[in-house]
Amino acid sequence: MTALTQIARAPERTTTPGASISLHHLTVTYPNGFTAVRDASFELDPGTICALVGVNGSGKSTIFKSIMGFVQPSSGEVKLCGLPVEDALKKNVVAYVPQSEDVDWNFPVLVETVVMMGRYGHMNFLRMPSRADRYKVDEALERVGMSAYRKRQIGELSGGQKKRIFLARSLAQEGRIILLDEPFTGIDVKTETAIVGLLRELRAAGHLILVSTHNLGSVPEFCDQVVLINRTVLAAGPTAEVFTQGNLERAFGGVLRNFQLGGPALHQDDDARRITVLTDDERPLVFYGDGDSQRSDKSGA
Amino acid sequence: MSEGVLLSELLVPFSYGYMLKAMWVSALVGGVCAFLSAYLMLKGWSLMGDALAHSIVPGVAAAYIFGAPFAVGAFFTGILAAAGMQFVKLNSRLREDAVIGLVFTTLFALGLLMASIWPTSVSVQTIVLGNILAISDEDVVQVAIISAVSLFVMLLLWKDLMVTFFDESHARSIGLNTRALKVVFFTLLSACTVAALQTVGACLVIAMVVTPGATAYLLTDRFGRLIVISVALGVVTSFVGAYISYFLDGATGGVIVTLQTLLFLVAFYFAPKHGVIAARRRQRVATDEVTT
Repeated sequence: MTALTQIARAPERTTTPGASISLHHLTVTYPNGFTAVRDASFELDPGTICALVGVNGSGKSTIFKSIMGFVQPSSGEVKLCGLPVEDALKKNVVAYVPQSEDVDWNFPVLVETVVMMGRYGHMNFLRMPSRADRYKVDEALERVGMSAYRKRQIGELSGGQKKRIFLARSLAQEGRIILLDEPFTGIDVKTETAIVGLLRELRAAGHLILVSTHNLGSVPEFCDQVVLINRTVLAAGPTAEVFTQGNLERAFGGVLRNFQLGGPALHQDDDARRITVLTDDERPLVFYGDGDSQRSDKSGA
Repeated sequence: MSEGVLLSELLVPFSYGYMLKAMWVSALVGGVCAFLSAYLMLKGWSLMGDALAHSIVPGVAAAYIFGAPFAVGAFFTGILAAAGMQFVKLNSRLREDAVIGLVFTTLFALGLLMASIWPTSVSVQTIVLGNILAISDEDVVQVAIISAVSLFVMLLLWKDLMVTFFDESHARSIGLNTRALKVVFFTLLSACTVAALQTVGACLVIAMVVTPGATAYLLTDRFGRLIVISVALGVVTSFVGAYISYFLDGATGGVIVTLQTLLFLVAFYFAPKHGVIAARRRQRVATDEVTT
């Protein structure tokens, strides 16, 4: 029974090193023979918000699944805080915020129950909440501004509120690595701003946050690192170096809409600079100037 | 007929040992099955219960033929069924429902064939319809052990299973072994299906592992309460069903499941929040607000 319930799970903050994710030549081949990710490597350190960017089918979810131990590497390895995945998960270091589509919103649970699930890893095997657990739940709900909704069934919330509940759960869990799967899909700008603000606070507190997103426009706004993937890692590093027009065109191929406005369309003079708009959704990414130049301030959507 | 005579008439079932046994065994099995039903119906796996109940019939028949405990036979055919489904699924392009349908009917047919070719103490009718009134003492012991162990394990793991069924990624992130938990759940489900086979028969097992949970689902938004309501419904309907079957001289399984369905219908229409009438009222209020 103990083997199943995994009792010992006290948060050993003092003995484990800081939050880190390292993929070392990770290759994942599914049983049907499809290799979703080949030879992918990157390293992330504490106090980072990193965007995992790529087209659908580029291996974003496979990388997430590898980090969560749902799929085993065919070769290479994944380490979290310097530990193999299974050991790291037992130490409760990873919090996961699922994609809204992956949640059964009719499940008979209240908002506060979902947030309390974040504390389960800190409880004994019967999952009896202590006063400290209840306090952490209150605090997490307060922080995402959802205290007033704690007795609601989760399906009765708006898209943005739903997202905040799961964010509150990851706060209550106190995982030092936080994975967010497409956090900005189907939410309003207000919630997006609130989430980004919260992620910045968490980064300041030393958390490592990995966000998978296809919302290119907001990436430079809050991510200090970017990993661009397409079945392998195309580029990884600081946003300013990696998130360039040239790299993005490499990562997205013909998938993105690419508008270029230049020369006579913009100016009466003979200024050679042009504007490039890359977009696959409601938040376009705008480059000013030529090819590989740095991205300037984002224009409104 | 005076009141006293009527009352003593109503108490008659309690004076027979076999009736008392039937009532408490049914209540126990009904309660455990209802516990599992709270989980099963949430994942769209309801028909797995049906498939399991039919698949284990050849194992039960074989166990009676060779004089082995029926639980052992059922266990082996349960594994055989699961492995068979997995094998066909991986090696063909058939959809899951077709695979389940194919495998469980094949095994069920095999079971019926065995029971009719080698006549034993257990008839085809007993397997299909159950016969709790004639349950042997050894079978009672098996059913009681299965139910008690299942109940104990579920009481220990109900929250872990809730997280696993709600959000498997999160369950993993807090260090739960989700694969092991699912194996435990389906092992208990198979075991309880075997136990329920005795009370209501292979055809109606599905009702025992779906209806109480489905009814409770309409009555509450809290999983803990859902389990309590579901188990209460399972225990009461099974106990009362066995009791009533004495007077109706009818198949116990039929009476139990009919009771469960009646309660489901009550909830379906009158549930305070998720019932049909409440939904209509909300709709009316909404349209009134628009028009005024």
